[in-house]
Amino acid sequence: MIDTVIIPLLKIAVLLNAVLVSVTFMTLLERKVIAWAQSRLGPMRVGPYGVLQAIADPIKLILKEDITPARADKWMFTLAPILSLVPALIVFSVVPFGGDELFYITDINVGLLFIISVTSIGVYGIILAGWASNSKYPLLASLRASAQLISYEIAVTMTLVSVTLTAGTLSMVGIVEAQQEAGLWFGFVQPVAFVLVLIGGLAETNRAPFDMPEAEQELTGGFHTEYSGMRFALFFLAEYANMIVIAAVVTVLFWGGWLRPFPSVEILGFLDLIPSWIWFFGKMFVFLYLFIWIRATLPRYRYDQLMRIGWKVLIPVAIANIVVTGVVKVLL
Amino acid sequence: MGETIAFYVLSFLILSLAIMVVTARNTVHSVIFLVMSFLCVAVLYVVLRAEFLAVIQVLVYAGGIVVLYLFVVMLVNLSGEPEAHEDPRRLGLTGLALAGAVLLELAGIVVYSYSREPSAPVAGAAASPVQGNVEQIGWLLYTDYLIPFEVASVLLLVAMVGAIVLARREL
Repeated sequence: MIDTVIIPLLKIAVLLNAVLVSVTFMTLLERKVIAWAQSRLGPMRVGPYGVLQAIADPIKLILKEDITPARADKWMFTLAPILSLVPALIVFSVVPFGGDELFYITDINVGLLFIISVTSIGVYGIILAGWASNSKYPLLASLRASAQLISYEIAVTMTLVSVTLTAGTLSMVGIVEAQQEAGLWFGFVQPVAFVLVLIGGLAETNRAPFDMPEAEQELTGGFHTEYSGMRFALFFLAEYANMIVIAAVVTVLFWGGWLRPFPSVEILGFLDLIPSWIWFFGKMFVFLYLFIWIRATLPRYRYDQLMRIGWKVLIPVAIANIVVTGVVKVLL
Repeated sequence: MGETIAFYVLSFLILSLAIMVVTARNTVHSVIFLVMSFLCVAVLYVVLRAEFLAVIQVLVYAGGIVVLYLFVVMLVNLSGEPEAHEDPRRLGLTGLALAGAVLLELAGIVVYSYSREPSAPVAGAAASPVQGNVEQIGWLLYTDYLIPFEVASVLLLVAMVGAIVLARREL
């Protein structure tokens, strides 16, 4: 009873709260980093150096009036933000945050596929949000977003096949253990796949430079234009939760998950003194910072350029990568 | 015991969602009911210990095919009354014939499965040298079911070529 019900429930509660709190602070980090990149100070008023801004923002959003447009489809309008947030949170159940069983909720033998399939459900939230608002710009934005998501999902899924070939398993824990056995992070074995997943991940989370669905100049704000208050916040939670998911997946697949650098080199053994979960969160933080950095640096692509990159560059390269990985795997 | 309860609850959900798919006034709503029904089928697979199948069900049906349905339904304006068929009686007869065919098929499956001996687990699965859900499916696909597998992939290729030909009028 304790092992099968209470401990998993406790873990789920801790994990959900951790994700939601880190999402709140991600928004602050993003504002701060972008401000520094643009020689500004960023939020400074609430708390020392504006750290309490992360608490003030959600309170503001909860207190705001929650408006449903008169011509909107009420059920779908309510369902859409839930449908986009819940898949993003479910995915965390198979992410191994540390080497010990304490640090992940479950390890299923189809973990990687589980992540891909559950995140593919999130697209319904975006499509329905645009459709249910019964308004022009949200509909256009949601069409853009879903077309972008579907296109880049193909490229990312194809790329993950080559990682699976290298690891020989789909289990998230198994993939990290395979890297421990190989004594090498897969980022060094599969550099092409790493770049593809990173680009695809940016596009799937609608982050700059692929944030066409939220292009303010063209669409007044994106598929969530008609949303207000906490329902609007749910879309933001979903976007940042998805960013964390991408960072976690990249960490597990390419940067050794909870492993220290060069896990096979004996001399570096003292690095094991640092707990495994710190390695994991450290690596994840690097990628989250990278996403923000990219947003502060690169301008937005045009929509046709985005589609061209997705279909004519990423997918062919991903397929070639599978073939090369297969040939090398057979030869070795 | 738990599995039996799960089976009946899920079957009830799947069937009632399927009924809602055909009775919903709004086409987008029926597509959403369809997705929920597919998700329940995926849970049914999990109860049967077929995790790979469950995940693929979500990925291909709920995450892929129905998204395209939703696109079509959203872009095609279906708010107007459906056009009357030339001969309403013919429409009813066709429906009756299709429903009868499905009923016959289901009855055939039930009769066939009850008339057989309770089947042993698939021979190949027991004999395969690999463990785990995904590995065993892969093993079976490339040994016992190689030819159906290859035929299916050729079929998919044909469909893909067909889609390209339809999309690009001049080649």
